[in-house]
Amino acid sequence: MNRPDLSVELAGIRLRNPVMTASGTFGYGREFADYLDLSAIGAFITKGLSLRPKAGNPTPRIVETTGGMLNAIGLQNVGIDAFVAEKLPFLRTVDTPAIVNLYGNTLDEYGELAERLDRLPEVAGIEVNISCPNVKQGGIVFGTDPAAAREVVDLVRKSTIKPLIVKLSPNVTDVVVMARACADAGADALSLINTLTGMAIDLDRRRPVLANVTGGLSGPAIKPVALRMVWQVAKAVQLPIIGIGGIMTGRDALEFMLAGATAVQVGTANFLDPSAAGRIAREMEQYLTEHGVDDVKELIGALRA
Amino acid sequence: MQFKSMVLSNLEVSPGYFRMRMTAPPAVIGATPGQFVMVRINDSIDPLLRRPFGIFDLGTFDTEFTDCGRQSYLEILFRVVGKGTAMLSRFHRGDHLDILAPLGKGFIPGDPSGEKILVGGGIGLAPLYFLAKELVKSGKVRLFAGGRSKEDILCITEFERLGVETYVATDDGTLGENGLVTEVMERRLEGRSGDRTIFACGPHPMLRAVATIAQRLQVPCQVSMEAYMACGVGACLGCVMKGCNHTESTPDYRCVCKDGPVFDSLELQWD
Repeated sequence: MNRPDLSVELAGIRLRNPVMTASGTFGYGREFADYLDLSAIGAFITKGLSLRPKAGNPTPRIVETTGGMLNAIGLQNVGIDAFVAEKLPFLRTVDTPAIVNLYGNTLDEYGELAERLDRLPEVAGIEVNISCPNVKQGGIVFGTDPAAAREVVDLVRKSTIKPLIVKLSPNVTDVVVMARACADAGADALSLINTLTGMAIDLDRRRPVLANVTGGLSGPAIKPVALRMVWQVAKAVQLPIIGIGGIMTGRDALEFMLAGATAVQVGTANFLDPSAAGRIAREMEQYLTEHGVDDVKELIGALRA
Repeated sequence: MQFKSMVLSNLEVSPGYFRMRMTAPPAVIGATPGQFVMVRINDSIDPLLRRPFGIFDLGTFDTEFTDCGRQSYLEILFRVVGKGTAMLSRFHRGDHLDILAPLGKGFIPGDPSGEKILVGGGIGLAPLYFLAKELVKSGKVRLFAGGRSKEDILCITEFERLGVETYVATDDGTLGENGLVTEVMERRLEGRSGDRTIFACGPHPMLRAVATIAQRLQVPCQVSMEAYMACGVGACLGCVMKGCNHTESTPDYRCVCKDGPVFDSLELQWD
């Protein structure tokens, strides 16, 4: 029997398999090169990038919770100048599409960043972060108001011809409203979900565990919420969807595809197993082989519901 | 590198403190003192994240079970502080773990002729034993070990067996001097000169005191930091500390996992 076809196309980017790595969990790719053959995954998304370097939040920034973890990193990053000088050269050496996640403190910054990234051949696509729960600007303000989201996506769309993905927040009343706004404004694909706002408390000290008080919950604990949201959005909009949320195994990834995702992003799993993304791609292939599925695309949205 | 490891022994060396020996690939023997390992306790999601531990010791022994007749091992020394370490304390010979090692930047031994001053607080003694083993090969090593009580002064006879001169201080006076180990160290250093280097590992307040004393006496000082971390490879940015040049507009955060865990004490902001 032939090996099953795992390739998918996403917003014009050809992926050898549907497994991508989520922004903020995979550095700039290089950090994982010792543990993982980067050419074994579909694509990777680099750490959220801003125009200027960003310090991030005070520590503690992370804490493990039941079946997941909270983080409040605060979008610490090197800024675009250092990104171009220090991180880009490595991307050139890798035979896997690198998608850059970006965020702005203001509307104009989103536009300017997209314009500068548009000129870089090493950048296969742009993922716009309008969903970071841990900073006041640079995300959630734009991610919870459909009119603001429309404005950001519209501006980025005008600033780049590169494939444009918008990463959605689950911290909204109706994710479909946000998805429609981004689709109308010209997004090529949607990725969801970002982290769910949460909190951990140290009973004995009577204090929040995180210096930022609240943080974003990720990991297996959020998978059911993520599956539900992917399923809702897939039914409502025509755009390809990248499913994110607690994916630890090939089976998890395939569940997201059944719910309507064209590709997936692996996040927290990279932390506990730096070779997770490659393993998940292999497990997907194995599942398809065992179940006589020739092409992973057959499973996209194939949920019987 | 990432590898599967088998537990060879796991002994409670003091109440709540365990010394675990586990198999390792030969390449791990090249690790430098101060480097650490990330241990995945099981394949489930509870606990979810790996736990970081300094390398306490490593080496090889004769065995009939490998092609070359030698088996490499590494050891960690850990205190039971939460769910993860409690589970780890129940591991027995033959149990398996998934390990990332060696990680981070270790201690830099420096001029072999100078005097080496080790300062450890509680479980902070763990990476200092591996360091002491290397340092005694070339010169005089003194250890200042501190803890709350005598149960928190670990493996001191192992250090003595290496020929390390040891000084002990406990908060409750149950072993050694009554008081802070940093005060004992300060008295020992005060008024003497010569080529010396301090290597310290322990709780943050202890390290801050050591860094302050070292700066005042102008003694070079390397500190091994501990931090919450998710990945251990520089990706999550959860374990950062402020570097000496840090300001809000010009961030200078250092990852404990990747830029450390060992830093020159002057590299960090100690506020």
